[in-house]
Amino acid sequence: MTQSCNDPVILNEWHPLTSIDEITQGLVHDTVLLEQPVSYAMDDAGALHVWHRTPAQPVHAPHDPAKAGNALPARSEHGYLWTCVGEPTEDLFPVPELLEADRQNVPTGVFGVNVSAGRAIENFLDMGHFPFVHTGILGEEPHTEVKEYDVEVSESRDEILATRCRFYQPKAALASEGGADVEYVYRVPHINCALLYKSSPGYEAEGRMDVIYMFLQPMTREWTRAHTGMCVIDLENSYQGIRYFQQVIFGQDKPILENQFPKQLPLDTRAETPIRADKSAIAYRRWLSRKGLTYGVIPAAA
Amino acid sequence: MTVDPGRWYPIASSSDLPLRHVFHGQLWGREMAVWRADDGHVNVWENRCLHRGVRLSIGLNEGRELRCLYHGWRYANRTAGCTYIPAHPADAPARTICNNTYPAVEAHGLIWSALDPTEDFREHTLLAGADALTLRPIPVNAPLALVATHARNYRFSQTGAGDAEIRIMAEAEDFFELNASLSDTTATLLLFIQPVDAGRSILRGVLTASPDATMPILRHHNQAMSALRDRVEAEAAMLDAPEPIAVSFSPVDEELAQMPARARSGPKAELRVTVARKRDLATDIAGFRLEAVTGQLPTFQPGAHIDVHLPNGLSRQYSLTNAPGETDHYAIGVKREPKSRGGSACLHEIVQQGDVLAISAPRNNFPLRRDALNTILVAGGIGITPMLAMAQTLEAQSLPFELHCFAQSEAHLGFEEILGRLAGAVTTHLGLDPKATGRTLAEILKTRGEEEHLYICGPGPMLETARGIADRNGWPDDAVHFEYFKNTNEIDDSSAFEVALARSALTLQVPAGRTILEVLHENGVEMPSSCEQGACGTCLATVIDGDPDHQDVYLSPGERAAGKSIITCVSRCKSKRLVLDI
Repeated sequence: MTQSCNDPVILNEWHPLTSIDEITQGLVHDTVLLEQPVSYAMDDAGALHVWHRTPAQPVHAPHDPAKAGNALPARSEHGYLWTCVGEPTEDLFPVPELLEADRQNVPTGVFGVNVSAGRAIENFLDMGHFPFVHTGILGEEPHTEVKEYDVEVSESRDEILATRCRFYQPKAALASEGGADVEYVYRVPHINCALLYKSSPGYEAEGRMDVIYMFLQPMTREWTRAHTGMCVIDLENSYQGIRYFQQVIFGQDKPILENQFPKQLPLDTRAETPIRADKSAIAYRRWLSRKGLTYGVIPAAA
Repeated sequence: MTVDPGRWYPIASSSDLPLRHVFHGQLWGREMAVWRADDGHVNVWENRCLHRGVRLSIGLNEGRELRCLYHGWRYANRTAGCTYIPAHPADAPARTICNNTYPAVEAHGLIWSALDPTEDFREHTLLAGADALTLRPIPVNAPLALVATHARNYRFSQTGAGDAEIRIMAEAEDFFELNASLSDTTATLLLFIQPVDAGRSILRGVLTASPDATMPILRHHNQAMSALRDRVEAEAAMLDAPEPIAVSFSPVDEELAQMPARARSGPKAELRVTVARKRDLATDIAGFRLEAVTGQLPTFQPGAHIDVHLPNGLSRQYSLTNAPGETDHYAIGVKREPKSRGGSACLHEIVQQGDVLAISAPRNNFPLRRDALNTILVAGGIGITPMLAMAQTLEAQSLPFELHCFAQSEAHLGFEEILGRLAGAVTTHLGLDPKATGRTLAEILKTRGEEEHLYICGPGPMLETARGIADRNGWPDDAVHFEYFKNTNEIDDSSAFEVALARSALTLQVPAGRTILEVLHENGVEMPSSCEQGACGTCLATVIDGDPDHQDVYLSPGERAAGKSIITCVSRCKSKRLVLDI
């Protein structure tokens, strides 16, 4: 199904294409963003280039976008290459933690998932599924309660913030045997990007938290690439260990996400049945509605 | 292609539903989750959990309930109503959370359904009482109409050999009755075409008579239909793919989308039930099996009660003793009260098998948490009834629990069948006087284990004792759940005060001798109620301002102290003005 995207709300956003780590210098990489074929490369001088690929152009073909006049903006932020296929109106959201000297940003992999970006964001914000989907890792029956938490939409920064989120985790800290409540803060600063802050073992007293993020690249209405990563204070676990952990977690979410129906996120309040635990998802759907997003969602009937 | 929502189609074979499986079926583009409960009932539901849209066909068939894989929501056999939301273990789910269902009939090895049937399912006349043989279904990647043009030329014979003469005896756009005659024998095949979606169909054949040796015949049809499939698909491949059928999703209840739980005034008698069975369960305890006069009884959860409206005009509350998924009837146990004011005596003496009674839908003010590490259930006398529902639920989910039953004697205990099934978890304490009861309770409640919860139902004095012991032994208020039979407090209704309704912008005067609930009802303010004596908790309202004068037995000491809620049928106000969130 070839359909174009003509929703300015999403076209004018910056979207990630790859982590900088994974670009092989001198090679042309091909991908898709919002139905459009897009290629990118890092030249010999280390500069990043992104351009529209025409159907006639062979994949992986060397190309000079400046000469061909089909260049797209390219920027390197948060360890990723970002582009925009519309008119970028706003700057990319900041992640101050990524700039802290004693932290390491570990991209933990990119996952293709056959669902809309909105469904994937909602799953990222959801705690209620931990005991059932991430059994023994992020949750465990019978500890299924989602305690009251707070959600606000920050007017000044135009982002959703869920605070005071607590959920029982079977192995809350490496040092402790038993489970305990772990505190989370969720941040949705971009319609297709979300971050969660989770208490960092050993740094609780300082109030510093590990950051886990998911930056989504919507390829089509129902196909998304999820770029995931963690920004940890000290690398007690190996790089491989962190990657493996995130891949297990996403591997557990993926079959659930791909069995959600409809695949596009319904914004009508009467499309599905919310409960108190879904406060952040309700806020997210309302926020998208207010922005007038139509791509990858089923807008509420006027 | 025109979708025919009123027509019945076969959507699965009975053999697609082995024990505890959920089958993914499809009709006219609509996905269906098809599952058989342990009691044999076949459920055909829209294949989507109403919470977050996850396919129910990847859910778990637990025999009595279907559990969604995403958040563990449980849906009851038959009603498709939600019985438990793990994210909110202390709450009873709103009664109206219910998945969309389709009708289901099992006949001749096939499961039949329709999107929106215009009439009841009718069995094909040739199959009535027949020893039929259902063939293996053959999926075909082609639209129904194209499959039909080829299916009418389907060739077969009774034995699988020879060149039989084929006659079309009857046909419709999705059906053929074919006779194959060879020498002097004739075989009849009913060939149904199930429209899966715009471009896919399934051929489902039934032979009206089962041959002596079925295997060669099954093989014969399998080969012949596979060949038919190849011809149809070869032709379909030359055609443009048909437009997919647009599937619309019906919106959930407006009330549900907003999540306000309560509405409607007074005790309700919205259901009519027949007393299907009445029998003695124990000394002075009669058991009633109530079945719907028409339609499906609403979903219940453990701890729920119904209001039973009696022929003599009285209304009484009884807890359901049903196990999860037992959704074809309501079971209640009624103790004859020696000082009966006409309620239990009427049920014992006047109501007979076959009588029709008016009852309310189940209401749950005594919900069971399922996130405890251990659950202690304590039942005194007839207080065993809600405990039976709870115990059977915990048992079905393999959650640890112990059930302590206090009764005068073995003969007074009753419910042998259910208690027998739960035997390992049941301890009976027979013939104890109040002192001995206190000692036993003190032993049971000596220490509170980690995340242990206590549920008690029984006579007032026993409950008071148990709650006192639990309190002294450090059981927190929110781990002690109780239900009184009745409120034995002497109600002091001498005060007079003003009630302001914040949301309704209404101020009402409550004079001495009248209750808040009565004044609300007189002024047309909707407020549900049930026992109307301060025991069941149905008429609870949220207090915004004022000093409640609690006279009920429903609220816990902590809830009383917090002053945030009030039971409007008995409690009053110490200050001049009470502001309620109504």
